[in-house]
Parts: sequence; structure tokens; C-alpha cells
Amino acid sequence: MRSVENALLKLGEKPLVTGSPEKVLEAEKVVFPGVGNFGQAAETLRKSGLDKAVKSFIAEGKPFLGICLGMQLLFEKSEESKESKGLGVLQGAVQKFPATVKVPQIGWNQLELRDGKRLFKGVADKSFAYFVHSYYAAPGDESVVAAETEYGLRYCSALQRGNVFACQFHPEKSGEIGLKILKNFVEMRD
Amino acid sequence: MLAKRIIPCLDCDLSVPNGRVVKGTKFKQIRYAGVPWELAKQYYEQGADEICFLDITASADKRETMARVVEETCREVFVPVTVGGGIKSVEDANKVFKVGADKVSINTAAIKQPKLVSELSRRFGSQAVVVAIDARRKGSFWECSIYGGRKFTGIDALQWAKKAESLGAGEILLTSMDKDGTKEGFDLELTRAVSEAVNIPVIASGGAGSLESIAAALSAGKADAALAASIFHFGEYTPNEVKEFLAKKQIKVRL
Repeated sequence: MRSVENALLKLGEKPLVTGSPEKVLEAEKVVFPGVGNFGQAAETLRKSGLDKAVKSFIAEGKPFLGICLGMQLLFEKSEESKESKGLGVLQGAVQKFPATVKVPQIGWNQLELRDGKRLFKGVADKSFAYFVHSYYAAPGDESVVAAETEYGLRYCSALQRGNVFACQFHPEKSGEIGLKILKNFVEMRD
Repeated sequence: MLAKRIIPCLDCDLSVPNGRVVKGTKFKQIRYAGVPWELAKQYYEQGADEICFLDITASADKRETMARVVEETCREVFVPVTVGGGIKSVEDANKVFKVGADKVSINTAAIKQPKLVSELSRRFGSQAVVVAIDARRKGSFWECSIYGGRKFTGIDALQWAKKAESLGAGEILLTSMDKDGTKEGFDLELTRAVSEAVNIPVIASGGAGSLESIAAALSAGKADAALAASIFHFGEYTPNEVKEFLAKKQIKVRL
């Protein structure tokens, strides 16, 4: 949380860190970082009313960036917490990495970029980003994929659907490339 | 494909205002290397994949100084930051997470109260918990030490690494005390044994003297990352220079 704030401050933005649904609805842009357990996070969002606020914010078409668990929560469900429901903004489910690789994936891995994605303007294909996760999102709609990464299998490591953006990696911990990606997001105009 | 990581380690003496980075050999004989956050920023700009701070003073009244070091660092450094040394409780860990650290590294406290590993893991996620193991060869096994190498425990490093994983550690930071600070090269046998025993990343530490030794730890030693201090502090190599060498050896790195 603090890291995302630091990165945005470095880019000259004045982020407000909030858990208030009202503040989210008032925002121009929302960055939605998350770490921890899918089920617990989904529950926390529901209790605080942030789930509805996030969905309304997205429905208004304003730029939204989910990071890590904040990406996974946009989907319908996760193998991590089978009884919990995600926000369901995007179709698909979150799945666990196969047992053939070390889990969690921790470290720098490459982004295989799809053409013409706004979040990656000026970012070279195969750039490295920093990942920390045990689960990955499998979108139902292939057209939302903005980047893929190889780790035991090829999975969706970033996505875009209209004004909804999300990355499984941590742009705030991905050095200058990460800052560039965040800059692309904060400078986005409709 | 996941890249192998190069992690500069900054051993911090926090007994002076703002702290200072020091480097000893075999846990003794100290030399000074600079202001913690200035060095951290320099290494970040030179391609460090992560930064690790170890508080070698590790007394409770120095906690505020470490918090300041982390806070200053995280304003300018956008790679993961790990803090170790003297973290004994969830509160201690929370203090450094609050100012921007991504991971804590625990050794003595983990051996003395293994429950702390699971508590930290549950509270902050396994990715935030690094269990540090300082070991030296003793006959047919490697023995874990605590208190910065001052006390030996009789605990088998391989067994402890597996237990730490089952308790919820996200990574193992493995230091060979026979080699630490000597620049003689990592203990490859130990590194490989631990890497094969667990299914979480292993960071090899202690004895990064030459580029060849780092390459060996990451290939023959099967480590996922290498942590080093002396070779960076005294200007022998930058992190990027190390990685360029590794790339030539067909080792995957972020350049």
C-alpha cells in the first residue's frame, strides 16, 4: 500500500489512501492494490461497502488499475477461497500455479505484450516486472489480455477492458519500467 | 522465465544517527561503507533486483532508526526491500512494513519461537516472511546458529529449512558462516542441499567474492537469488556488472 503511494508521489501525483466508499466514488482515478488472501479481502470489501463503490466507479468508465490481488478480485471466483465470491467485474476464475514450479512465484519475470495496449505505451516487449503470487487469473474473455507471462504455464499477467486495467505484477516494485506503467495510467485521458 | 536475482545486502550499524552501512568478515572485523539509504538508491540505479537491510546492532532502542532508513529508502527505491535483524514480534515486523518494507527476515526469533513464522505468514502473507539460516558445517551436517553467529544450536539446517517452509516462510536466506565475508565463494554443497530440500526460493549468501562464485551459486548451487555485500560496497562491481557477467553464462537475469 505504502509502496504504491510512494511510487505515485514520485510521479508527482497526490494520491489519497482511503478505505472509504464515498472517497472512491469521488476519485478521478483509482488504484486498487491488494495483498493477502482472496476470501478475506473479498469479505473486507463487502463489509466496508467498497465492493459496490468499486463496481460503480468502474461502471462510470473512469480509469481503474487493479494490482496483484486487486487484479484477482475483479474476477468471479478463486481456487484460493472456493466459498468466496469476487467482484465479478470480469468473467473468469483465479487458479493456482501447477505443482511443477515453486509457489509462490517470487521475482522478476517477463511481460509478453499484446500490441496497442495503452498501459504499456513506451514499454519494450519482454520487459521484466516483479511478481509475488501463488494464483493467477484466467480471463473468460481472451480479448482482455494485455500481457502474458510464462511460469509453469502461460498466463495473463496484465489486462485491459475499456477503462479497467490490471496487473498481476507490482509496478510499484518493478523499477523504472514499473514507474513508466504507472505513469501511463495516471496520464490516461479518455 | 523467472530471472535469478542479485540482492545487495546492507549491514547497518544503527548506533549512530541515520545509521551507517558496515561490512565485517566472518561476522567480525568491521569496515564502514556509507549512509544506508544513499547506498540503497545507488544500488537500485545500478540494477539491484532487491535491497536487503540487516540491523547488526539489533537492540530495541534502535528500531526507530531502522524505520527511518526504510522510509527514506522507499521514497526513491522501487524494488522490494527486506529488513532483518532483531525482529522478534508481529509488532516489530509491522513497524517496518508500515514504512514501506516488503519482507522481513528472521533468524534467532524464528528458531526460538517457530510460531512467529506462522503468525507473520498468516498476518502479512508468506511472501513477506524470509527465514534466515546461518549455518556452518559440523561433521556430517550443517548446524544453525543464532544471535548473529554467536551461538550454535545443534539444529540441522536442512531440517529447519523444511520446517520453516511448512510454517509459512516464503523464502530462505541461507548464509554459510564458513564462507561469509571471506570472498572465497559460496558453500555450493550447502546451497544446493537446501535448494533441493524446499519448494520455496533460496537466496544464497556469504562468500560472494568473485563473479564466478555468484554464477556457481545460481547454477550448480541451484539458488534462486544471490545476496552479497563486500563486492558492491567497495566499488568492485555494480549489480548490473554482475548481471551482465551472468547473462554471458546463459543465466537468466533482468538487465
